[in-house]
Amino acid sequence: MPVIHIPNPLRPYVNGLADVTVRGTTVGEALEDMLAQYPAFRPHLCRDDGSLRAFVNLFLEGRNVRDLQGMDTLLRPDDILSLVPSIAGG
Amino acid sequence: MLPELSREEILRYSRHLLIPEVGLDGQRKLKASSALIIGTGGLGSPAALYLAAAGVGRIGLVDYDVVDSSNLQRQVLHGTGAVGRRKVQSARQRLRDLNPDVHVDTFDEPFTSANAMRIAEPFDVIVDGSDNFPTRYLTNDLCVLTGKPNVYGAVFRFDGQASVFDARLGPCYRCLFPEPPPPGLVPSCADAGVLGVLPGTIGTIQATEAIKVLLGVGSPLVGRLLLYNALDMSFEYVRLKKNPNCKICGSHPEVTKLIDYDAFCGVPALRQAQGGVHEEGSAGRDWDISATELAGRIQRGEKLRLIDVREPHELEISQIAGAELFPLGTLAARLSELDSAQEMVVFCKAGTRSRRALELLVSAGFRKVKNLKGGINAWAREVDESLPEY
Repeated sequence: MPVIHIPNPLRPYVNGLADVTVRGTTVGEALEDMLAQYPAFRPHLCRDDGSLRAFVNLFLEGRNVRDLQGMDTLLRPDDILSLVPSIAGG
Repeated sequence: MLPELSREEILRYSRHLLIPEVGLDGQRKLKASSALIIGTGGLGSPAALYLAAAGVGRIGLVDYDVVDSSNLQRQVLHGTGAVGRRKVQSARQRLRDLNPDVHVDTFDEPFTSANAMRIAEPFDVIVDGSDNFPTRYLTNDLCVLTGKPNVYGAVFRFDGQASVFDARLGPCYRCLFPEPPPPGLVPSCADAGVLGVLPGTIGTIQATEAIKVLLGVGSPLVGRLLLYNALDMSFEYVRLKKNPNCKICGSHPEVTKLIDYDAFCGVPALRQAQGGVHEEGSAGRDWDISATELAGRIQRGEKLRLIDVREPHELEISQIAGAELFPLGTLAARLSELDSAQEMVVFCKAGTRSRRALELLVSAGFRKVKNLKGGINAWAREVDESLPEY
């Protein structure tokens, strides 16, 4: 099953996990499955219309899904999606 | 016309002169070049040290802070003797000792929309070593509007990011992150901590990228974002594309001058929200409680439930007797363990996370809740001196 890699700043919202295994054949389904597992994460990650908030990007094999087919981008069972949020520490 | 190198400089930079990609001409280029470093903290320290050592002729430092002993774990520009001194003064002294041939300009003032253009004007590249979102968006917009490369780095705990945002050649920071996160969602290093050597790694990468840009050699991180994880010791790259709808570097830009970045990043909104919390319920109600007042109420035998919203590992540093651990990230899912009829005081290290906990509780309908002002660090100062501050 596909995996969503969770970066350190967002792990508190998924019980500290580094990777969340999800069901789904598209990026949208995978994201929805993760948010069903961790509903408290939803308002932080998504706008009311369900789209990803602008401070976070999802990358598939090093490519931003916004530059692919967005939430309709097809996933293979062994794909790894990476969430990349903005961080500001310096 | 590039400046000549003195005999002393030829000896000092001999290891550079031996590299064909730098050589005598490259070293003269560096001498003629300039870099502005925003922040002399964790990222700015190694960046400034290496750019000075490399012979970048003019280095500008912007910082409006004083050296604190909690900085020394990572901000290697500053030593123990500099605690209490202005950071830019401490930094200039260290850089002049490292390389007296480098001209150091210091800007001991907040970096704002009002002064950013003036400060940045003479510099060839900008190195973003700031520690907050408003300054990062300001730095980005400044670089896009003036056509300067933005050598970007950012850190969080064990994670680092680096890139070169040059809107003339590729995407800018806003193409990747059109908007900042909601205030408080991504904690700062002061709240969440950072591995001391992590900004050393990322800041050194920023210095490398700045030198490559100044020399015009190699492949700078334009159109690529480096993701570094120190725990895994992994370096990954993701590809970045210019966003045609970017509000500042897209085909129809909406942002054509520097704006109010505190407002853009929701800082006033947060204050407003806090004001909202302040005013909700009884008029003028104060949601904060001082450590001294809290200690007095506990001593009088009042039944208060103490809710510690820090992370479990922070308990090893300091604890308040009787407090219950509800790490902030778990609080929303554990509201059923709390009783809205019982008075509660939430606290964290210094008051930022507990303010968010307070807002979460108030929005969930809890009213008998207060925030320990200054967190457990204030408790350590005012009530229990046996506890360390951190």
